[in-house]
Amino acid sequence: MRKPLLDIQGLTVEFATRNGTVTAVRQVDLQLHKGETLGIVGESGSGKSVTSYALLRILDRAGRIAKGSIVFGGVDIGGATERTMAEMRGRELSMIFQNPRAALNPIRAVGRQIEDVMIQHGLATRGNARQKAIRMLEAVKIRDPEQRYHAYPFELSGGMCQRIVIAIALACRPQLLVADEPTTGLDVTTQKAVMDLIVELATERQMATLLITHDLGLAASYCDRIVVMEKGNIVESATTEQLFTRPRHPYTQRLMRATPRLDAQVSDLLPSDDPRRVIPSPRPSGAPLLQVERLVKIFGKTDSADAVRAVDDLSFTVHQGESLGLVGESGCGKSTTSAMVMRLLDPTSGSLRFAGTDLATIPAKAFARHPMRSQLQMVFQDPTDSLNPRWSARHSIADPLIRLGGLSGRERHQRVEELAERVGLPTPLLDRFPHQLSGGQKARVGIARAIALDPRLLILDEPTAALDVSVQAVVLNLLVKLREELNMSYLFISHDLNVVRLLCDRVMVMQTGRIVEEGPTAQLLSEPAHAYTRALLEAIPHPPAMPVTLPPSLREIA
Amino acid sequence: MTTLTADSTTPLDGLRRFLRHLLYVMTDNPMTAVAFTLFLLIVGTAVLGPWIVPYDPLATDASRTLQAPSWQHWFGTDQLGRDVFSRVVVATRLDLMIAVTAVAIAFMVGSTLGAIAGFYGGWADRITGRTMDTIMAFPLFVLAMGIVAAAGNTLENIIYATAIINLPFYARMARTEVAVRRNAGYVQAARLSGNADWRILAFQIFPNALPPMMVQISLNMGWAILNAAGLSFIGLGVIPPTPEWGIMVAEGANYIISGHWWLALFPGLALMLAVFTFNLLGDGLRDLVDPQRRT
Repeated sequence: MRKPLLDIQGLTVEFATRNGTVTAVRQVDLQLHKGETLGIVGESGSGKSVTSYALLRILDRAGRIAKGSIVFGGVDIGGATERTMAEMRGRELSMIFQNPRAALNPIRAVGRQIEDVMIQHGLATRGNARQKAIRMLEAVKIRDPEQRYHAYPFELSGGMCQRIVIAIALACRPQLLVADEPTTGLDVTTQKAVMDLIVELATERQMATLLITHDLGLAASYCDRIVVMEKGNIVESATTEQLFTRPRHPYTQRLMRATPRLDAQVSDLLPSDDPRRVIPSPRPSGAPLLQVERLVKIFGKTDSADAVRAVDDLSFTVHQGESLGLVGESGCGKSTTSAMVMRLLDPTSGSLRFAGTDLATIPAKAFARHPMRSQLQMVFQDPTDSLNPRWSARHSIADPLIRLGGLSGRERHQRVEELAERVGLPTPLLDRFPHQLSGGQKARVGIARAIALDPRLLILDEPTAALDVSVQAVVLNLLVKLREELNMSYLFISHDLNVVRLLCDRVMVMQTGRIVEEGPTAQLLSEPAHAYTRALLEAIPHPPAMPVTLPPSLREIA
Repeated sequence: MTTLTADSTTPLDGLRRFLRHLLYVMTDNPMTAVAFTLFLLIVGTAVLGPWIVPYDPLATDASRTLQAPSWQHWFGTDQLGRDVFSRVVVATRLDLMIAVTAVAIAFMVGSTLGAIAGFYGGWADRITGRTMDTIMAFPLFVLAMGIVAAAGNTLENIIYATAIINLPFYARMARTEVAVRRNAGYVQAARLSGNADWRILAFQIFPNALPPMMVQISLNMGWAILNAAGLSFIGLGVIPPTPEWGIMVAEGANYIISGHWWLALFPGLALMLAVFTFNLLGDGLRDLVDPQRRT
């Protein structure tokens, strides 16, 4: 057997915290050969990123490699001096980080940043660095590389920035590339382009790649082998094909189940014996609840040249009890639309008829105290950001009841507990602060607050984008349950067609402020008419379908 | 950081958790413990000062002028035979009172103006911003001198002058801290819950902007003490024979040349200790009030 390029044996990483030592990674064994792509898949807190940081020896001060060995190309990384590591990083081992903007120096032209790493490792001289940097920009498929050489990170889109980061990482032709969630935060079409690029460059250079991701679909599409991690342990390690045809560990099975796929219903995301599982019943949609007509939002002076038409002549209707999906990539105007419908932002022109009243005529400032306020509520994208860090969960949920509910102290107390129960938040957790709650619990607090006033229309702005897939599965089922119980209408905003499909009756696809396609969900997904819808659909990485012949262990839960 | 499971809470639990947190902050950074101890010492001295001193700080005694430190007069006596130790101790209350009042006024006015500027932007921001720039354009101590000289040499005017020169720090800080939170998710959520703007500013954003301002308050306090003493040193503000560190240093400075070093040294040390304490306290305070660090 060939000697592996990277050999990790019994790696244990510990962090010293004020509450004692926390073991983030426990007894991890990994082997990676030249030219191979290995995926490490796991949810937050699984230790997948810590493993990669240990590999590059960039753990923060509190962390240390407690046990085990990391051998890369014959060099013992655990025992190497900092000087040797500095030599190796960038030249032998490279890393792509999650947030490309944060990884680039904001005040240095991108071309110079590529030069820096090559000069640092003696692979270019001042004389030829520029030419080499431009060649790297060409390699990562940036158009007009000579012009882009002078660009600053803020002048480039997120996808372009990630390409620059890749160019920097690959400039010295490393043998191993570690990509830590390289496409999280990028649009699906950009994600596909970036991942295709990484794989193409890796193949061309016979480079080993370690892809760290929470997305099983992504790992399935690009990796040869997959390692599944849970709470610091490797629970399963197999080739991609094996893993998907015969997942052995219950955690892997749960993860696979929770990943939205084309053939799944929302209830399929949870095991059949899970009490939180909800099968949506068909609901006839009622009278129009929200009628949006010719809605326009222009940022900047209307008549000036740099005015941006963020939302351009938008018309749609949400019926009573209906779930409408609004899908588009970042910058398409979907958030602006939701802010206008929520009456947080005044439209430039157009009308918003909600239950017979034109809300567009009421200024956003005055709407906070308007009687209609309680009927339009929203669940925000980031559950952490949307909760006041100094307020307990109870206080956050009670706030709308205090302001608009008009309930007395005792009634309010009861109502908060009833809401907590409804969203599945254990009552003792109500007195905790946001930083003491997990992501899923925070999401529940946000949902409880949004439904506290019995709204008729709930806007869901990517409510699960910041959550792990297994938590997402639970939250999506919860949303279906609440919709049935409370007869609310949903306007579901997302970039992820796979998730929208699970919850919505009808879907609109938005591009540069306009709706390019609209139709019943099933029809739109099976026969997309517009080229943009097709591009979006093709870009979504699909995990292989659940195995038809279930292994015995899985058959029990299925 | 790892998230830990906290037990269910009752008010008593909350207090216990706070005390445990206090203990943690103290043991985690010994300097914080030192600062808190010194702080308690200074506050204690300020409150109890007149009752614990061995001599009347104003009583002169012509037979005991300019005596060096001894067991009888720990810090020696001054040119009028007054006990320097008693005077240094009694002065604590006055110096602390000036600093606390001035910083309190500066904090309240400055952070209100700054918070409004940061929240609304536009004209409110422009007017506050330029006013603060104007104040900052003067050498601050000279500005304070000018204010006291023009408005009259009284205790209140020293306080106002110290407050005015400290305003811009709070206004600017509050402005930035509020502006970064203006569009936070929980602010939007509060709007949806039917909160008016002022309520959002006062109850959602402002408490979250407090931790960094606590540090500023503490650092500022040391500076304000120094400023008040400085004004007295050059003869503005507190009038002799009232014991005050600044005057004592000023008076003592005349005698250093003749070898009577204790007159200026001890009030100077007291001043230094107070400033040092408040500067150290800042970081400890931030650790204490920031909920992100409380697990």
